[in-house]
Amino acid sequence: MNMDLRADLLALLPELTLTAGALVVLLAGVGGGGRRHGGLAVTALASVGLTAIALKIAVDVSEAGRLFFSGMFVLDPFAVFFKVLFLLTAALAPLLSRDYLERHDYRPGEYHSLVLFATVGMMVMASGTNLASIYVGLELMALSTYVLAGYFRREVKSHEAASKYFVLGALSSGVLVYGLSLLFGELGSLDLAAMAAALGGAERTPTLLTGMALLACGFLFKVAAVPFHMWTPDVYEGAPTPITAFLSVGPKAAAFAIFLRVFLGGLEGLTPYWVWLVGGSAALTMIWGNLAALTQDNVKRMLAYSSIAHAGYALLGLLAGSELGVQSVLFYMLVYLVSNLGAFGFVILLESRGYAGETVADYAGLARRQPLAAFGMLVFLLSLGGIPPTAGFMGKLYVFAAAVNAGFVWLVVVAVVMSAVSLYYYLRIAMQMYLREGQEGEGAEVLAAPWTARAIGVCGVFVGIIGVYPAPFAAAARTTAALIGVTLP
Amino acid sequence: MLEFFSNPLNQICYLPLLGALVIIFFVKSEQTRAIKIIATVTAGLDFFISVPLWFRYLPEGEQFQFLYEAKWIPAIGAQYIFGVDGISVLLILLTTLLGFISVYSSFTAITHREKEYYVFLLVLQTGMLGVFMALDFVLFYVFWEVMLVPMYFLIGVWGGPRKLYAAIKFFLYTLVGSVLMLVGILALYFYNSSGLAAIGLPGLGHDPTFDVRVLFQIGPGIPHGLQFWVFLAFFVGFAIKVPMFPFHTWLPDAHVEAPTAGSVILAGVLLKMGTYGFIRFSLPLLPHATREAVWWMVGLSIIGIIYGALVAMAQKDMKKLVAYSSVSHLGFVMLGMFALNPHGLSGSVLQMINHGLSTGALFLLVGIVYERRHTRMIADYGGLAKVMPIYAMMFMIITMASIGLPTLNGFIGELTILVGAFNRSVWWAVFAATGIVLGAAYMLWMYQRVFFGELTHEENKTLKDVNLREQWTLIPLIVLCFWIGLYPKPFFRILQPSIERVVRVVDPDYLEGRAMAALPSLPAAPANAPAAEGHSGEAGVEHGGGQ
Repeated sequence: MNMDLRADLLALLPELTLTAGALVVLLAGVGGGGRRHGGLAVTALASVGLTAIALKIAVDVSEAGRLFFSGMFVLDPFAVFFKVLFLLTAALAPLLSRDYLERHDYRPGEYHSLVLFATVGMMVMASGTNLASIYVGLELMALSTYVLAGYFRREVKSHEAASKYFVLGALSSGVLVYGLSLLFGELGSLDLAAMAAALGGAERTPTLLTGMALLACGFLFKVAAVPFHMWTPDVYEGAPTPITAFLSVGPKAAAFAIFLRVFLGGLEGLTPYWVWLVGGSAALTMIWGNLAALTQDNVKRMLAYSSIAHAGYALLGLLAGSELGVQSVLFYMLVYLVSNLGAFGFVILLESRGYAGETVADYAGLARRQPLAAFGMLVFLLSLGGIPPTAGFMGKLYVFAAAVNAGFVWLVVVAVVMSAVSLYYYLRIAMQMYLREGQEGEGAEVLAAPWTARAIGVCGVFVGIIGVYPAPFAAAARTTAALIGVTLP
Repeated sequence: MLEFFSNPLNQICYLPLLGALVIIFFVKSEQTRAIKIIATVTAGLDFFISVPLWFRYLPEGEQFQFLYEAKWIPAIGAQYIFGVDGISVLLILLTTLLGFISVYSSFTAITHREKEYYVFLLVLQTGMLGVFMALDFVLFYVFWEVMLVPMYFLIGVWGGPRKLYAAIKFFLYTLVGSVLMLVGILALYFYNSSGLAAIGLPGLGHDPTFDVRVLFQIGPGIPHGLQFWVFLAFFVGFAIKVPMFPFHTWLPDAHVEAPTAGSVILAGVLLKMGTYGFIRFSLPLLPHATREAVWWMVGLSIIGIIYGALVAMAQKDMKKLVAYSSVSHLGFVMLGMFALNPHGLSGSVLQMINHGLSTGALFLLVGIVYERRHTRMIADYGGLAKVMPIYAMMFMIITMASIGLPTLNGFIGELTILVGAFNRSVWWAVFAATGIVLGAAYMLWMYQRVFFGELTHEENKTLKDVNLREQWTLIPLIVLCFWIGLYPKPFFRILQPSIERVVRVVDPDYLEGRAMAALPSLPAAPANAPAAEGHSGEAGVEHGGGQ
C-alpha cells in the first residue's frame, strides 16, 4: 500500500510541482511584490520548466502501462504528449502576457498562478482514465479560465466575456455530468476500461444512447464545435488577448485529449452511433466557422471563428479513429498551437489603441513599416490556412489522410474546400499588410515588447521546422498514439 | 548536405531561393541597383546551369534521370525525390529562360518596393522549378502551392488598377482546384497501401508511398471507379490551372492586372503546370479514366479554342486579347494531348514551349509600349510602325509565331497537333483548324490597328523605339522561335521516348498499329463510349455522370 502510494505520487509529480509553482507565484504576487512583472513571469516560467523536468522523472521511474490511484490516472505516451503541449502553452503564456499586463497595469500574480492552475487541470484531464478524474481536471481548468477571461476588471467587454463563458461553460459541464450519470446508471462504472467491457454485452438502450449523446454534446461544447460554438467569438473577443490565445489552444487541446480517450476508449463500442453526431458537427463546424470568419472585421473575432473551424478539421482525425487518426489529431494540435499562438502574439503586439485596436484595418501597410513583423504574421496566417511549406499544411495533410483512409472522403472534400475559403480571410490581413499602402497615422505600430516577441519567435521556429521537416514531430505523435491507454481497433 | 547540392536539379531549383535569401538579408531596400544585379545574376546563372540538362539528358536512357532521393517524412512514406524526363527538361529550360528574362525586363517597369519584388520573383522561380522536378506527390503538392503565394503578391502589389480583386481571385481559384487534387492524391496513396476501409475498397498492401514511379506501376490496374474519381479530382486541379474552358475566368483578370513580368511567368510557365500535370500524372496513372474522358476533354478543348479566339477578337485591350488567345492556344495543347497518340502528345508538349515563348514575348512587347504610354488600349495606338520600326518588326515576328506561320515555331506545334488529332477524328482537326484561322484573324487585326495607318495620337509621335535592353529581352525568344520553326528535330528527339512511355500506358494498342480501332470512335453518343478494352458496366455509368 505504501509502495502504491509512493508510485501514485511519483506519477503525479508533474502536477504537484506545477501546483506548488502556482502557489509560489500566487504568494509572491501578494502585497508589494505584486508589481514585479518580470520577476513573477520568470517564476511562472521557472515552475513550468521544473514541471517539465518532473514530467521526465515521472515518466522514467513509472512502470509503463500501469494505472495509478486505483485506475484513475495513467501516464501513457498519449498523456505525456498532451502534457508537453500544455507545458509549451503554459511556457508561452507568461511570455505573451508579461508586457501586456504591464502596459494595461493589471496585477500579474494571480494572473500567472491561474494560468498555471488551469494547466494543472489540463494535465489531469490528459491522464484521466476515469470519467470522475477527468471531470475534476476539467473543472479545475474551467474555473481558472472563467476568472482569467474576466481578469481585466476595468473593461466591460472582459466582464461580458467572463459571465458568458461562465454561464455557458457551467451549462456544458452540467450537460456533461448528466450524460455521464446516465452512462454510469447503464454501465455501472465510470472507469473507461470497465465501461468498454460493460458495453460489450449491454443493450443499446435509449438511456445509454442519450447519455452518450449528452457526453458528446458536452465535449463538442468544450472544443467549440458548431452548433455549440456560440460562446467562442464573444469570449475570445472580450477576454484579454493573451488569455484568448491561451484559451484557443490549451483548453481546446485538453478537450480533444479527453474526447479522444473517452470516445475511442470507453465508448468505442458505440462508434456507429456517435460517428454521425460527431461527423455532422465536424462538417457544420468547418463550414460555419469559415463562412462566419469571412465577415469579421475584428481580428480577434476572426481568429475565434478560425479556431472553431480548426476544431472541425481536428474532429476528422477523431472520426477516423484509427491509429493514424489519433496520431493526426495529436500532431494537428501541436501544429495549431504554434500557429495560433504566433498569430495571437502579433495581435497582442499590435493592440495599440487600448482594447479596440484590433481591426483588420490596423494592419494596413505594416509591411512597409515593420517588414519583419509583417512577414512573421504572414507565415502564421499561411500556416493556419494550410499553405506549404508551413506546419499548417503538414497538420492538415495528416488529418485529411487519416479521414480519407477511414473513408470519410465527403468530409475531406468539405474540409479542403473550406480551407480554401479560409484563405480568403487570412489573406485579408495579408492584403492589408502588403497590398495597402496605409496612410500616415493610420494603422497600428508594433509595440516594443521583447518578451512577446520572443514567444512569437519560438512559435515561428516551430512553424518553419515542422513545415519543412515534420518527421520527428509526427513520429512523436505516432509512438504516442500506438500506445494509447486503451485498446484501439 | 554536399551530396544534396551536387545534384544538378537541386542546384537549379534552389539557386533562385538562395539569391532571394541573399537579397533579403544582405541588401537594404534602398540599394535597388544591387538588388537588380543580384537578381539578374542569380536568374542568369540559373539558366546557365540548367542548359547542360539539354545535353546531358539521354533520351534513350532511364525514364527519369538526374535522380535525387532522400528520406523526408518516413512515417507516411513521403520522400524527397527529384528527377526529370524529356518533358520536364524542356519545361525546366523554358522556366529558367523566362525567369531570367522576366527579371531583367522589370528594371524600369517596377519602380517601387523593388526588394520585395525581386525576392518574390526568385521564390516563384524555385516553386515552379520544383513542380517540374518533383516525383513524389507530397513534394509536388508542396511546390505546387508554394508558388501561389509569391504570385499572389506579384499581382497584388505591383499589378494594375483592379489588382486586389485579381490577386485574390487567382489565389482562391487555383487553391480550390489544388486542394481537391490533394484528396485524389490521398485516395491513390491509400489504394496502394492500406485501402479505403469504409467504402469497402481494399488496398494493395504495398508499403505506403507517394513515389510517383511506384504508383505508375499500379496505374493501369486501379479499379475503374476509383480511376474516375481520382481523374475528376486531378482534372479540377489541373484544368483550373491550364485553364480549360469553363474554368478560365480567373485568367483574363490575373493576366491583365499582373505586371509585365508576372504576365510573362503566368502565361509562359504557370499555365504549363496544368498541362504538365495532365501529361505527367493523369494520363499515365489513370489510363482507363483518361480514355473514358477523351470526348469530354476534347469537347472542352475545342470550345476553348474557338471561344477563346472569338472573345480575343472582341477585345479592346491588348493584354486582354493576348490573355484570351492563351485560352485558345492552351485548348490546342489539350486537344493534342487527348489525341493520346505520339503525334498529338509531342505536338502538345512542343506547343507548351511555343506558347511560353510567343505569348511571353507578346506580353513583353505589350509591356514595352505600356511603359511608354501607360495605356494598353488598341485604340490609343495606330501607325506605330512609323515611329518604332524595330519594335514593329519584332512584334510582327512574334505575331507570326503565334498564329503559326511556317518557318516559325507555332507552325510546327500546331501541325503536329493537327496530325495527331486528324489521326483520331477528322472533325477534331476541322474544329482546330477553324481556331487557327480565327487566331490569325484577331492577331493580324490587332497588328494592323496598332502599327499601320496614320499616327492618330499626338503622344505617339514622340515614342522611342526599343532600347538595347528591351531588344535583348526579346532576341532570345525570337531566336528560339526560328530554331523550333526551322529545325525542331532535337526537341522531338528529347521528347520521343518520354512520350512513347505515356502512350504505351494510355493506349497500348496504338504503338502496335491497331490505332484507329483502339480509341473510342464514337461520334454519335459519347456518353456510352465503348473504350479500348476491359469495360465494366459501372465505368460506363460513371462516365455519363462525369463533369
